[in-house]
Amino acid sequence: MLNALEKAIVYRLQEDLPLVSRPYEVIAEELGISEDELLERLTALSEAGVIRRFGAIVNHRKSGFSANPMVVWKVPEEKITAAGNVMASYSEVSHCYHRSSSSQDWPYNMYTMIHGQTPEQCEDIICRMANDIGVTEYERLYSSHELKKCSMRYFAEDQK
Amino acid sequence: MIDDMDKAIIDLLQSKFPVTKRPYLELSRQLNMTEADLMSRIALLKENGYIRRIGGIFDSRKLGYTGTLCAMKVPMDRIGEVSEIVNSYSGITHNYIRDHSFNMWFTMLAPSVQKVEENILEIRMRTGISELLVLPAVTVFKINASFKMKEV
Repeated sequence: MLNALEKAIVYRLQEDLPLVSRPYEVIAEELGISEDELLERLTALSEAGVIRRFGAIVNHRKSGFSANPMVVWKVPEEKITAAGNVMASYSEVSHCYHRSSSSQDWPYNMYTMIHGQTPEQCEDIICRMANDIGVTEYERLYSSHELKKCSMRYFAEDQK
Repeated sequence: MIDDMDKAIIDLLQSKFPVTKRPYLELSRQLNMTEADLMSRIALLKENGYIRRIGGIFDSRKLGYTGTLCAMKVPMDRIGEVSEIVNSYSGITHNYIRDHSFNMWFTMLAPSVQKVEENILEIRMRTGISELLVLPAVTVFKINASFKMKEV
């Protein structure tokens, strides 16, 4: 688990990086450590996979990706790993999960988030994927409204 | 509107933002522009909402958090009221209306499985909605929300 300093670094990086020539110097000062130490810790956190990605977070809907369906698939148990790897290989797929379901009335076990400029583009990808993984039972759920979209605030309780 | 240079900036900034003393300078060299020009463009892209922020996205499990995807059947005339309740949870970061009888889909993170269950129970009680699916991840095959602007 993370120590207090690492939690403070994670907490600070959930906000926007300062738009100045030496942004890490600014953050290091806020945290009471040296710029070099901050850079070292950041590199270590990235290498450990705690930081999954560091960079610009884009508003995809604003940037032209107007079709963002979630496609849910019913995949036989023995095909799940193979199907997951195939679907993950598509660049248009941002997320691919095997999930369990709390209800017998909801039989889907694989979930993919697909992004394209148009629904037609997405449909093409969905059809190709269905063919590739050999699955016929699936549904597409296009989003019509974004009610909330923000980054998680980790360790908010610790920073008071 | 954004031009090709902006798209190149957005693409470059999403992948590997430099963890060095002068990250914007380094990036500007890759883009053949001055550091100042790059920073102005980034400022505009943020102002106009194309870039939400520059920062870290974390592996929630490695931070000790757990979570789930949920879906609810919400009557059309109650969407405003129910989304207010759902959105009030800081661990609920994504909430979308989707075209299906299960029409409200949200993700939830919390520091423990117990807390996740508590929140879901609370949501059931506060909204009075019983048709609620809980869909926790078993395996994550991919999680990479980067969007290639070059194709846009």
